Amino acid sequence: MSIRHHLSDPLLMAYAAGNLPEAFSLVVATHVSMCDGCRAQLAAFEAVGGAVLEGTVLEGDYVAMADGALESLIARLGVPDMAKPLPKRGDFPAPLQDYIGGGLAEVKWRNLGLGVRQAILPTAKGATARLLYIPAGQAVPDHGHRGTELTLVLRGAFRDAADRFGPGDVEVANEDLQHTPVAEAGEACICLAATDAPLRFNALIPRLLQPLFRI
Amino acid sequence: MLLDLAPHAPMYGSIPPPMRVVLRGMGNAVIEIVTETDFTALMIAVRDRQDKTAFAALFQHFAPRVKGFLMKSGTDAALAEDCAQDVMAVLWHKAALYDPARASVATWVFTIARNRRIDVARKARRPEPEELDWGETEPDQADVYEAGQETARLVAAMADLPEKQRALIQRAFYADLSHSEIAAETGLPLGTIKSRIRLALDRLRQNLS
Repeated sequence: MSIRHHLSDPLLMAYAAGNLPEAFSLVVATHVSMCDGCRAQLAAFEAVGGAVLEGTVLEGDYVAMADGALESLIARLGVPDMAKPLPKRGDFPAPLQDYIGGGLAEVKWRNLGLGVRQAILPTAKGATARLLYIPAGQAVPDHGHRGTELTLVLRGAFRDAADRFGPGDVEVANEDLQHTPVAEAGEACICLAATDAPLRFNALIPRLLQPLFRI
Repeated sequence: MLLDLAPHAPMYGSIPPPMRVVLRGMGNAVIEIVTETDFTALMIAVRDRQDKTAFAALFQHFAPRVKGFLMKSGTDAALAEDCAQDVMAVLWHKAALYDPARASVATWVFTIARNRRIDVARKARRPEPEELDWGETEPDQADVYEAGQETARLVAAMADLPEKQRALIQRAFYADLSHSEIAAETGLPLGTIKSRIRLALDRLRQNLS
């Protein structure tokens, strides 16, 4: 798999710092599962986090623990958990499989019309994650964004005004991008998308349908 | 200024005590300079032998840092104390997951503390990347050495950053704040914050190379 469109440094740093909404974290974790380059970059940002933690002492932010804290903790330490998680194999990377509760067969799709389907994944408030199924050659209605939208291709590919996006590629769209993604001919395109604000469709009907479909 | 030159009190057995220099100056400022302590070796002793002496040494080093880190993130002192204990309990119970070729102990503790903060502050799940299959081969000792050094090198590189850049990096890691919230709080335009963070990261990379 040759991935051409990666996560930006600000996104990876915010994920490393634990400051992304859950839906965005899911896209980041899924992309990192597919991309060794971003995995290495994430490790570098986590190392910066380690240095910030270590450096609390230089900043005078080091706060002594209560008397007896160590002794009381040692007294209640149990038997360590020796199990290591095994890499899982499924249709999708493990973090996404966890949210679906299985693979492709377990996705609870809803039709959006013209063969386009979506499934909202359960995440905390603040941003929404969804799987999108776009039939080969089909367009997703023209839309803009109020906030940020991350779209990660899982299968197939789509094109929009910006470029072509294949498996593992992630498109970061903000308020400036007005785009009409079209799935390539031949194979349906399945994407994981996260938004922190409702999409802004330009045609009248889709906008009326937004509350209904939560898109 | 009082100069207190004392080893860590060895409370549990005989971990070689690192020298500690404590400078008590204005206010409550305490500067502690710990000479090379091999945290990786301590962590491996916990992982492979459930060594409580090594655990105690790790607790004494990291628990106050985690507590301070969480308090800077807006957690109150009592909750930060409890969470720091929880983080150290995870270090003990999940020690089997520690891979010294992939991260320093400080980095690993940071990720545990970060996840605890997400649990407590947001009651949200934290999706984690899929584990790679690293196999059962022994880690490369050169990788272990590099990972063990990375925190000290980064702390030094951070200390060399201009104050404003360092402060923004710290804010980005401490607080549950987006860049736009940092902008609102500091009064700096969003573009300035983004470019300062980028500059700081570029500079960190240069300092390390």
